[in-house]
Amino acid sequence: MLGGGIIQGFLETGRNFCGSYYDPARLTTVQYPEVRLAPWENARTVPFLVYDGADAIAGLRCTACTICEQECPAHCIEIVKDTAKRADYLGKLQLQPKVFNIDAMVCMSCGICAEVCPFDSIKMDQVYDLAGGNRSLILTLKDLSKSNDYFRLIHPTEAALVDAARAEEQRKAQAKKAAQISNLKSEIANPPPASPAAPVSDLKSEISNAPPASPVAA
Amino acid sequence: MNALDQIFVSTGQWVTGLAPAPMRPYVAMALAIAGLMAVFGTCFAVATIFERKILGRMQNRFGPNRVGPFGLLQPIADGVKMLIKEDIVPFSADRVVHFLAPLALTVPVWLAFAVLPFGRNMSAIDLNAGLLFFFAIGSASELAVFMAGWSSQNKYALLGAMRAIAQMISYEVPLVLAAIPVVMAAGSLSLPDIVQAQSGTVLGALPRWNVITPWGLAGFALFLIAAAAESNRCPFDLPEGESELIAGFLTEYSGFKYALFFLGEYLGLFAVTALAVTLFLGGWQAPLPALEWFPSWGWFAVKFSALIFLFIWVRATLPRLRLDQLLSFAWKFLVPLALVNLVVALVWWQSGAWRFPAALELRWLLGAGLLALAYGWLGRALKSGKPVQHQYSYAE
Repeated sequence: MLGGGIIQGFLETGRNFCGSYYDPARLTTVQYPEVRLAPWENARTVPFLVYDGADAIAGLRCTACTICEQECPAHCIEIVKDTAKRADYLGKLQLQPKVFNIDAMVCMSCGICAEVCPFDSIKMDQVYDLAGGNRSLILTLKDLSKSNDYFRLIHPTEAALVDAARAEEQRKAQAKKAAQISNLKSEIANPPPASPAAPVSDLKSEISNAPPASPVAA
Repeated sequence: MNALDQIFVSTGQWVTGLAPAPMRPYVAMALAIAGLMAVFGTCFAVATIFERKILGRMQNRFGPNRVGPFGLLQPIADGVKMLIKEDIVPFSADRVVHFLAPLALTVPVWLAFAVLPFGRNMSAIDLNAGLLFFFAIGSASELAVFMAGWSSQNKYALLGAMRAIAQMISYEVPLVLAAIPVVMAAGSLSLPDIVQAQSGTVLGALPRWNVITPWGLAGFALFLIAAAAESNRCPFDLPEGESELIAGFLTEYSGFKYALFFLGEYLGLFAVTALAVTLFLGGWQAPLPALEWFPSWGWFAVKFSALIFLFIWVRATLPRLRLDQLLSFAWKFLVPLALVNLVVALVWWQSGAWRFPAALELRWLLGAGLLALAYGWLGRALKSGKPVQHQYSYAE
């Protein structure tokens, strides 16, 4: 019928009008400040730094290698290295950052820093209600460091892979160290005829002050 | 019942009586003006918020719900925003005309309210050519729209204004043609007389409104369509079609001048809706004598609100027309149908003397059949028209 489509359209909008009052499922709007959607697992906003354990400074994975600083296309990362060193999860002495700033207004959420980080330290966060009064919103080390539990919460799949890889590395390192120690013990018991003195004393001291392996993602 | 019905009239007379005798006509005038402005100014505010809320619900959204309870204070927030916005006048604009255009739109629209009867004895002036006055005043808005478009020195504004002129002049014709049978039925151009002519009942159960006749029903539909186009309402809002013309003739307006245009458009819609109620829905008459305990202005408000809701519903449903569709719809469909409607009205009155059984049914069949025939034939002709191949000299 001529004009029938218009009648159909009226019926449709009329149905919406009445239906939206008794069927809340029709209203797809999420009323933002009161209600928030759970973020998608792969959502990313600005980077953050992962730390293990309870202490944000002692457990920080970052070694201040500045790869992320150099790779960042927007130059929003600023790192100043600390002079003091500390042992990482494998027992190796590593540098640590004294200053680690990210300008969240400049960051374009590309995630390149997270991709290039060889220590699984810098990862992408999911906070999205950041606001600043001017053109810079500097996030400092204190704002950026977040626990591994948080990382597991927001990116469960990636965190599980990282945890598994790190546990494997730690296991290998411990096995290697155990093998070295047993080798050394056997060497001490039956010293080879022409062994140089210096390395033996080095290894001896290493055995006595071996740092305990830091807990990886316990 | 009578006291409540006449409460505004008697209050006005009482206040007028307080003034010294020579001042009384002026006091009465000022009271009528103040009353109209207060009521329809409030209507404007209420209509903006409810339009947005209803549109939202029709699109499965909430609509504004942040300012005040249920978002009901949104018009106040909007008004404050409009008032404190910067009023920008383009450097090359014709400043005087640019300033005058919003006033030239708003003032005639307010004047149009003077002749409308909003209740029993409730019209500011009872002109014996009230309908003529209404249409004459209503067509002044075209001038204001063109003033706005021309003085802005902006191609979008000018194009929007030219579209608006083409549209308003085209739809003025079916608007007036749809109203002519009503005038012929009432034998008067005075709006209170037209309302009076629709009093009483037919067959004891139906009100004697013009809309309950074949010519009245068709005339009502034609009138509403033309009214939507006259007041730049969706689906005829292409003078300000933002997809191609930014905001049409409103492009260079901001702040309070923009608010005045907005006000003028809404008031134009209110005026023409009130006229539709007066001409076709029996004005302030109650549908049945048994319902006359409800005040006459209350009945007017009910019918008026229902029609405003219908306009909002149309806006939520129909997409915007193209300009050539708009004009061929007016000239090839609405105008011929309105002329056929005149013939139907003539047949209806000529057959009024029939006194054989089932005469009323036959009259309805005759009128509705004529209209349906014209509707089908004109509609098919409108649909089968080949698209015009335009030749653009600059495109070769």
